[in-house]
Amino acid sequence: MYSQGLNQSDPSSAHTSPEAARFQARIDAEDKIEPNDWMPEAYRRTLIRQISQHAHSEIVGMLPEGNWITRAPSLRRKAALLAKVQDEGGHGLYLYAAAETLGASREELVDQLLAGKAKYSSIFNYPTLTWADIGAIGWLVDGAAIMNQIPLCRCSFGPYARAMIRVCKEESFHQRQGYEIMLTLCRGTPAQKAMAQDALDRWWWPCLMMFGPPDSASQHSDTSMQWKIKRFTNDGLRQKFIDATVPQGLHLGLAFPDPDMRQNAATGHWEHGAIDWDEFKRVVAGGGFCAAERLEARRKAHDAGAWVRDAAAAHAAKRAARQAANPRIAA
Amino acid sequence: MSTPATPLWEVFIRSRSGLAHRHVGSVHAADATLAMQAARDVYTRRGEGLSVWIVPSNAIIASDPADKEMMFEPTASKIYRHPTFYEVPDEVGHM
Amino acid sequence: MTTTITVAATPLARLALARADDALILGHRLSEWCGHAPILEEDLSLANIALDLIGQARSLYTLAGAVTGHTEDQLAYLRDERQFSNLLLVEQPNGDFALTIARLFLYSAYIDPYWRALGATDSALSDIAAKAEKESGYHLRHSAEWLIRLGDGTEESHRRAQSALDRLFPFTAEMFDPLPDDVAIDPADWTAEVDTILTHATLTRPSPAWQHNGGRAGRHTEHLGHLLAEMQHLQRTHPGATW
Repeated sequence: MYSQGLNQSDPSSAHTSPEAARFQARIDAEDKIEPNDWMPEAYRRTLIRQISQHAHSEIVGMLPEGNWITRAPSLRRKAALLAKVQDEGGHGLYLYAAAETLGASREELVDQLLAGKAKYSSIFNYPTLTWADIGAIGWLVDGAAIMNQIPLCRCSFGPYARAMIRVCKEESFHQRQGYEIMLTLCRGTPAQKAMAQDALDRWWWPCLMMFGPPDSASQHSDTSMQWKIKRFTNDGLRQKFIDATVPQGLHLGLAFPDPDMRQNAATGHWEHGAIDWDEFKRVVAGGGFCAAERLEARRKAHDAGAWVRDAAAAHAAKRAARQAANPRIAA
Repeated sequence: MSTPATPLWEVFIRSRSGLAHRHVGSVHAADATLAMQAARDVYTRRGEGLSVWIVPSNAIIASDPADKEMMFEPTASKIYRHPTFYEVPDEVGHM
Repeated sequence: MTTTITVAATPLARLALARADDALILGHRLSEWCGHAPILEEDLSLANIALDLIGQARSLYTLAGAVTGHTEDQLAYLRDERQFSNLLLVEQPNGDFALTIARLFLYSAYIDPYWRALGATDSALSDIAAKAEKESGYHLRHSAEWLIRLGDGTEESHRRAQSALDRLFPFTAEMFDPLPDDVAIDPADWTAEVDTILTHATLTRPSPAWQHNGGRAGRHTEHLGHLLAEMQHLQRTHPGATW
């Protein structure tokens, strides 16, 4: 899961050095940049920030769905949801590792998250209130994430692109399991169908916001585009998502919570009504409904786990000392 | 309040008998045993592997990208090392 | 519409349900860690183990259900607390990481040789046992390695690991209570396996003055009711719905 809204590159500084020119020429030729290659400092900083925010999003994203693992309504759903949330932990892990190739440590990145200094996707600050929210997240949030993540598989930075290829491969079941939950609810009792509609009503607009501010208001995508960290505009991806999703929702027999939505007969595109960008700004600025408790949950797990990490480190040190004292015995 | 860094390990997986181990990613773990279990739990969840190698990341010695031209370019002109350099008439068949 | 079900207990159904309930309840407990583990790598490991156990439970419920005429979900979601026959050990709350690891270790040290012994018989559960044995072997190794690190780590981790063992040991004898048509595991073998690891871990095997049982007969600690209330809530609120 991921938010395009996090994409922000540092303003491009002096691009005039011969190294910078060679670097840009490699990118223009679709060559991949690897960790030890020369790169502009701003490219490195932009990537560390974007990849770590992407990683944080995966880790924080475990919480809203994890909220329903113990209440999943069948054993099949329970196993699928647990496997999916576990995948997100794995994706966070791959992404932290990609950021680490640029010289940041996981510890330092996690500390930034826990200190409230790093951003993560604002979508995870919305609450999961019913089982249908698990369906809606899989269908819509993962659907939006896929739109964002597929272009990242071709990102100019090799480790990020490789991590995204793995993530995309693993995520292919996530959206399907979400849609299947929605389908089952929509074919179920009236109460189940109402639950599905309510979830769509609550998740639709926040999902459209996941793609970030409209291109007209976005100040910083030029450098990211030039560096091929980002390949499509926010509005372009948002439109792609809407066009793919609306027919799926209509197939479910659900109504989108947008009275102005209609298909443009000439272009074939589904056009949406006005997005409440004030809400977006508020959530990004930390005013999300669950923002405080998401960070609290991460801090609690981190603090409660400190003695375990210390124990593992202490044991490893003891073992190494024993082995050094007597190399003939296995420690 | 930064936690002391847990060592980083590179993970290599043989996906099928007969194939070489291939780098798939990395894990953090305090020691080799935990790193092996973490590698198994993180990187073989979908039947990706039959064998796992883990290597402390700091044990890897990498060539310097600054030496790229010196290290790898001289080989470009040695085209006589490649089979297509030699002419064999079609009627002789595959060789 | 089906609400609470009662299961006619044939010997085979009783055996399969007891083993299924153990696996489900322990898997459920481990799944509560998802997103909250002390180390990201361990978050994935605990989820893997939970998924193995939930998978074992599903196979066993399906087998039991073939005898009693129920689906796996009816057996998991529509039986009351007094009908659950899992061990008291596996329903104990997660506590800290030491308690979670100790609980998994004490159970795995029993269930791993159990599945191997059962897999070698012609029991109706043999196929399930043969698959489960590979999973439990890893659970035993993973929990034993962690227990060694916690016991022989820092002062704090040692104290926590010892207190987890002290807390859980009174629930271990129940594992050896006989079930119908079952293979028996010698408690002395289990103790020997546990002692080997505890020695490496510099931990002491507790000798509790008494042992608790009752789980097999549906007399549980107070914790199970809360777990089931949470787990079964949707099935109970929407009787007969498909999910």
